[in-house]
Amino acid sequence: MSQHVNPVEPFLRMERMPHIWCPGCGIGTVVNCFVRALLKTQVDIDKVSVVSGIGCTGRIAGYFRADSFHTTHGRSIPFATGLKMANPELSVWNFSGDGDLIAIGGNHFIHAARRNADLKVVCVNNFTYGMTGGQVAPTAPLHSLATTAPYGAFERPFNLPFLADSSGAVYVARWTTFHVRQLVKSMEEIMHKPGFCFIEVIAPCPTAYLRRNRLGDGLEAMRHYKQSSKVVHGADTRSVDIELGGPIVVGKFVDRDRPTTLEAMRDELHKSLGDKYVPYPTGVQR
Amino acid sequence: MATAGRDGEGAPPRRRLRGEVFIHRERCKGCAFCVEFCPSQALALDKAFNRKGYHPPVVVKAEACNGCDLCGMYCPDFAIHGVRVGAGVDDEG
Amino acid sequence: MKADPRGVLTGVHFLDGDHACCEGALAAGCRCAFGYPITPSTEVVERIAQRLPTVGGVFLQMEDEIASSIAIQGAAWGGKKVLSVSSGPGISLMMEHIGLAAMTETPCVFVNVQRAGPSTGLPTLVAQADMMQARWGSHGDYEVIAICPNSPQECFDLTLHAFNLAETYRTPVMFMMDEAVGHMTERVVIPAAEQLEVVERRRPREKPSDQYALYRCEPGSRVPPMPPVGEGYRFHVTGLTHDERGYPVMNAEAQDKLVRRLVDKIRLAEPELARYEEFQVDDADVVLVAYGITSRVVQRSMRLARERGLKVGVFRPVVVWPFPERRLRELARRVKAFVVAELNLGQVVLEVERLAGGTRTVLASHAGGALHEPEAILKVVQEVLR
Repeated sequence: MSQHVNPVEPFLRMERMPHIWCPGCGIGTVVNCFVRALLKTQVDIDKVSVVSGIGCTGRIAGYFRADSFHTTHGRSIPFATGLKMANPELSVWNFSGDGDLIAIGGNHFIHAARRNADLKVVCVNNFTYGMTGGQVAPTAPLHSLATTAPYGAFERPFNLPFLADSSGAVYVARWTTFHVRQLVKSMEEIMHKPGFCFIEVIAPCPTAYLRRNRLGDGLEAMRHYKQSSKVVHGADTRSVDIELGGPIVVGKFVDRDRPTTLEAMRDELHKSLGDKYVPYPTGVQR
Repeated sequence: MATAGRDGEGAPPRRRLRGEVFIHRERCKGCAFCVEFCPSQALALDKAFNRKGYHPPVVVKAEACNGCDLCGMYCPDFAIHGVRVGAGVDDEG
Repeated sequence: MKADPRGVLTGVHFLDGDHACCEGALAAGCRCAFGYPITPSTEVVERIAQRLPTVGGVFLQMEDEIASSIAIQGAAWGGKKVLSVSSGPGISLMMEHIGLAAMTETPCVFVNVQRAGPSTGLPTLVAQADMMQARWGSHGDYEVIAICPNSPQECFDLTLHAFNLAETYRTPVMFMMDEAVGHMTERVVIPAAEQLEVVERRRPREKPSDQYALYRCEPGSRVPPMPPVGEGYRFHVTGLTHDERGYPVMNAEAQDKLVRRLVDKIRLAEPELARYEEFQVDDADVVLVAYGITSRVVQRSMRLARERGLKVGVFRPVVVWPFPERRLRELARRVKAFVVAELNLGQVVLEVERLAGGTRTVLASHAGGALHEPEAILKVVQEVLR
C-alpha cells in the first residue's frame, strides 16, 4: 500500500512519533478533529498557538507543529490568557485533561470564562488522572473506582458544561470521541468566535479508568458512546450530569455573544479616559 | 463535472462515491476503532502482527470504501486515513 | 536602544518606592502586567493599572498570584516585557512559575516588596527574609538575578535595570524591595527618554525552518535568542527537561547539559552582573555588609563607629544574586571581620561566610517588623573588635 501522507502529518512534529498515548486512548482522535477543523477553516497556522498544562492531554502541545506551550499543571489557562492579551491576533487553543483543567486549574477556568478571555478551550475528559495511573478526578462519576478511591468515588462530580455555562462561557458543547464529525464542526464554529469557547470531549482511558471500572477497552467505550449518547442541542446544562455507565447528553448547549476581556477593557477605558487612552488591539472583528 | 455534493432539489442523481484507504501498519496500536466504525465495513484487523505486536487494519472490501475518512478521524495513532478518488470527489469530507 | 518616551514620566517627582518601581517598569518598556493585591506591594499594581492604559499597555488583575505569575510568561512569549508584583504569601504561591521561567528562559520581572513572615506574619511591616527564597525557592537547580534597591530613586533606576537584565539573560529577575523602601517617599528624578538605555529582546537571525532550534545558542553565548510567536518558527516551550529544539528528553545527559547551561549563564556572569557600593572600606578593619533598607541603617552605624575611632566600612551588594563574590573575596583578604546586618535570622550571611575564606563573619540579625537600631549593629562591631 502506498504511503500517502496522512492529513495530520503536516500539523504534527512527526520526528516525535510515536506518541505516548496508550492503545485505545481518545486523545489522538481529538488531535485528528482539530486538524480537520484547521484545514476546513483555512486559518493561518502560524497564528495558532497551542497551550497545554500537565497530563496525557497536556502532551498535545508537544506533538503539535505550531507555536506550542507545555506549561505547569493546571495553569494553561492563565498562561494562554497572558499570551492572548499580549498578542491579540493569535488564535489561542488550550487542550487540557479534566484533572488539569478542572481540579488544580478549576479556579482559572471559571475566572477565564467569567472575564470572557478569548480562548478556545478543549477538555478531554476521561474521568481520571491517566498519566499518574488512575487517581480519582473531580469528574469521576459517583461510585467509580480509582486508585485513590479504591472503594468507590463518593463525591459528586462536576458537570463541566454547566460549570462553563454558569461561569459565562459564550460557547459550550460536549461530544464524545465517537462524534468526530460533530466535534470537527464545533471546532470550526469556535475557530472565529470571539470569547471563551469550551468543548468537552468525553474520551476513553482504557488503561487507568475503563479497566479498573470493568468497562472494557477503548473500543468498548466507543461503542458505549455510540449507543448511549443522546444529542440534545440547546439542552439545559443543569441536566447533563454523567453517571457511571449511564447515558451521555451531547450537543451544542450554549452559543451567545458577550464582549471579550479586551473588548470590555477597551470600551471601559475609552469611556473613562477619553483621549488619554492609547487604544490596544482586541484581535476581534465583529 | 458530476455533482456529488449535498442532496438537493434539481441535483443530478448522486453518484456512489469512491475512495481509497491508506494504512501505516507500523504506527497502529490495534484499537480497532477504524474497523468498528467504517460505514462501508471495508476494513478488518489483520491476523498478522506489526512490529509492535498489534494487529493493524487491512482493507477487505476496497470497492466498498467511499473515502469518507472516518477512519482517519478516529485513528488515535495517525495510522490510517481515507481519501476520495476519481469522479465524485467532493469537498464535503 | 533608547527608552520609548511614551512610558517615561520625565521630571522630578516625590514618589514612594512602590510607585517609582512602576515608573521604572514603564520606562523599561513594560507593557503588560498581571497582579493580585497584597500588602505592602499593592501600590505597584494600583499605579500600573492606572498608567498602562495611557501608554499602550494592558493590565489585568488575576484571580490569584499563581495566575499572575504565569500570565506574565504567556505575555512574555507573546512579545511583551512583563512584570508581576507581590509579597510574602503571594511570592510563595508564585514559586512554581519562577522555576518555569528559569527552565523555559522566559524574561520577566518579579517584584517582591518584602514583609515579615513566615506565613501571614506582619503584613504591613518590614523584613528581608525572602532572600534565600528569591534565590532557590522553586524546586530544582537554577539561578536567578536578584536586586535590592534602597531608595525610591533606585526603585526607578534598578527596575529599569532589572528589565534589561531579564532580556539580556532570558531569566526571571527578582526585584527584592522591602516594605520600608516600598513605602518610603523621596525625591525621584526621572531622566528624559533619550538618556535611558533599554535592552530589547534578541531575536533569532535565522528565518523559520525545520532546522530551527529554540534553545540553540550562538557560539560563545549561553543565552539563546528568543523567537517571536506567530511568525512561523513553530517552536515548542516546555517545563520538562528539553534539548536544543525544545523537545522533552528524559535522560541524565540532557538534564546535565540543560541545567548546567541555565545555572552557568547566571553564575558565570557574576563579573558583568556585579553591582555594589562601598564606603570607607580602604582602611577598614570591619566591613558592614548590608543590602536594601538595611544598607542605609548601617551608614549610621558606620558613622557612630568612626566617631569612636573604629575603622569600619560598608559593603552593599546591589545585585545580591549572584553575589558580587570577586569583590567580597578581595575584601576578605584585608579586613579583620565582616558584620552582616539583615532583617532576618541569617540568610545572606551564609554567602558572605562562604566567600570570606576564614575571615571572621558575624551576623547582626533582626527578625523584622522594624529596622535595626544603628546602635545595635555598632555593638556587634564593638564586640567583634574587642
